[in-house]
Amino acid sequence: MSEAIKPMPQDRMKVPRQEMPTQEPAVRAHNFIEVALGFPDQSAALEAMRCLQCKKPKCVEGCPVGVNIPAFIGRLREGDLPGSARSLKSDNNLPAICGRVCPQETQCEVVCVVGKKSMPVAIGRLERYVADWDLGHPSPPPAVPPPTGKKVAVIGSGPAGLTCAGDLARYGHQVTIFESLHAPGGVLIYGIPEFRLPKHIVHAEVNYVCSLGVDLRLNEVIGKTYTLDELLEQEGYEAIFLGTGAGLPMFMHIPGENYNGVYSANEFLTRVNLMKAYLFPNWDTPVKVGRKVAVVGAGNVAMDSSRCALRLGAEEVHIVYRRSSEEVPARAEEVHHAEEEGIIFDFLTNPVEIFGDEKGWVRGMRCMRMKLGEPDASGRRRPLPVEGSEFDMDVDMVIMALGTHPNPLVFTESGGLERTRHGTVVADEKTGKTTKDRVWAGGDIVTGAATVISAMGAGKQAAADIDRFLRGEAVPAAGAAATAAVG
Amino acid sequence: MYEILSREDLAPVTKLFEVRAPTVARKARAGHFVIVRIDEEGERVPLTIADSDRERGTITLVFQEVGKTTMQMGTMQPGDQFASCTGPLGLPSEIERYGTVLLVGGGVGIAPIYPIARELKEAGNTVLSVIGARNQDLLFWEDKMRTVSDELTVCTDDGSYGRKALVTIPTKEMLEAGRPIEHIWAIGPAIMMKFCALTTRPFGVPTTVSLNSIMVDGTGMCGACRVEVGGRTRFVCVDGPEFDGHQVDWDQLLARQRIYLEQEKQATETWKHQCQCGS
Repeated sequence: MSEAIKPMPQDRMKVPRQEMPTQEPAVRAHNFIEVALGFPDQSAALEAMRCLQCKKPKCVEGCPVGVNIPAFIGRLREGDLPGSARSLKSDNNLPAICGRVCPQETQCEVVCVVGKKSMPVAIGRLERYVADWDLGHPSPPPAVPPPTGKKVAVIGSGPAGLTCAGDLARYGHQVTIFESLHAPGGVLIYGIPEFRLPKHIVHAEVNYVCSLGVDLRLNEVIGKTYTLDELLEQEGYEAIFLGTGAGLPMFMHIPGENYNGVYSANEFLTRVNLMKAYLFPNWDTPVKVGRKVAVVGAGNVAMDSSRCALRLGAEEVHIVYRRSSEEVPARAEEVHHAEEEGIIFDFLTNPVEIFGDEKGWVRGMRCMRMKLGEPDASGRRRPLPVEGSEFDMDVDMVIMALGTHPNPLVFTESGGLERTRHGTVVADEKTGKTTKDRVWAGGDIVTGAATVISAMGAGKQAAADIDRFLRGEAVPAAGAAATAAVG
Repeated sequence: MYEILSREDLAPVTKLFEVRAPTVARKARAGHFVIVRIDEEGERVPLTIADSDRERGTITLVFQEVGKTTMQMGTMQPGDQFASCTGPLGLPSEIERYGTVLLVGGGVGIAPIYPIARELKEAGNTVLSVIGARNQDLLFWEDKMRTVSDELTVCTDDGSYGRKALVTIPTKEMLEAGRPIEHIWAIGPAIMMKFCALTTRPFGVPTTVSLNSIMVDGTGMCGACRVEVGGRTRFVCVDGPEFDGHQVDWDQLLARQRIYLEQEKQATETWKHQCQCGS
């Protein structure tokens, strides 16, 4: 942006919300390049003009990590990109990631005042614009306070862990992240596909967190390589943050689920994203792709799985979902992108059995039609099978994207951590403190599978509370006011 | 990290590496495994820990060259490094004082059977061992096995060394002779473990096997390794790798091991071609 433009408020309202260019559906359905291409400079400048710089900004309240949105947009409007980036990163360690995967439409943008009269300011796209500019213009990391000499272990390098670790380092503590996989990022690296979140973006933002002084130890599985109690009692860590997410896949427990060609979404996405099976045989890890693929479930993970299968060359990909289009848990934008690319949606359909051939490979799937009854515990109308409605789908691959549970491995031989019947950790809603002394938790391990940004919010709150604890300030009693699991 | 300190060619296609991995060695016990990657583009391969030395911070890995990754691994030399080595993973073997135990190791399965035999011996058991391979070239560690066994039978399928027999034959004979065997471990290729389990089942002697499913993360995250045991789907990486051999759905395991057969062939051919062009 060459010069700052200063229009009157009424002029601001006349500027339409700027569209972000995307790859054409017919083209992108065959490549792994990012779908959304980011704002050109001109669009970013125009979009930034639309922000009213509210005195009491609602958008900040809508953000789980409380990014000072008017501040970074204000600097951007003045043409001060370095200042804008500094402001953004002082609140958010992972802005280029959030700008891509946050559900802004239900958080900051839904409460934007501009949205009352027209479309809300495209906060997410602006965040991405500023963060991407910053990645292309490296600046020295911000100064951190003198070391406190306190050691904290962060378990898991996903969004919760990275946020918590970054903030703890900024408080001056000595932070080590333990990651079980060979690459940091958690779900950002193994789960979310390249075309939605390029891995070089994840690497760059992980490097930023490390530049704050965070030490990263890969290939160390807590619960196996070290237990939590060993970290606390033998390895000199004064506090632990658990951010190991919800990594355990769920299956339907229907006949035929172990036939070759039935994948958990976790396995399929890990092979494709972390292990880069789409580059086989240049990369060593293979993945099978069927001719006709059924993805069971309709969350973001199901959308990601279906779109990966399509890109790998499947002829036909179905989303099979037992409820109706109204209840689809995936972001509207992801569903829209999937539809544009040609994914077929089979609503009110539930698998009951998978058939295999004599060699143990999937050759079909029996389903039942469903209808919606009274609302269930989740508030959504309960799907009920329609009697006699069985029909067979001609598929040769099935991906189960039914949700995930926390992985219990991290609790091995370490007592004192209360958990719910869903396997999630009981933790204080405001602070993340668990029932175990000196252990905090946040993200999917507490809530069950949720969003990147809510995990980051939990990591931030826990970092603040751990800091209070390490400085000897009062902390609430262990596990007071526990959260209920979302499940 | 994860540097290869020494290498021993146990057989033309069977190699041994001693690898520096102090955090793994710290906790390694018989039955545990690691997941290694050769390089950035490498796949994650599970290998049983054949031995470990806490003081030196090393673990011993034994592998057979069967596909692209293991063939490439076979070209690695002391001083080379694995890109990653994660573990110890899985549950350790249940070492107790059973009385008399029988250890059956087939082919590359002799490597994981050795530390179990040693720990069982140290726990005060009478250790009977049977090791076997297709031919003499594939046999190794007869000497090591002898030091931890009260009785050792060596056999080959083709009779090129020791007794000409499959490992199931001496196993069956010992059981028929009424030896007071309380527990059996059988480790080797899936087909060998299947037939060992079938052999011991009529005698009702508990038979533990160590399953070698395909894995990705090795921590329960993906479910690639799942197999039915006693009618329940179990994850080999976190629920095993050792299971009751009489309960395993062997045909399912064997089918699931063949998922990537085509791709493995393609990768092996691509790799061999690159090697020939490169050298």
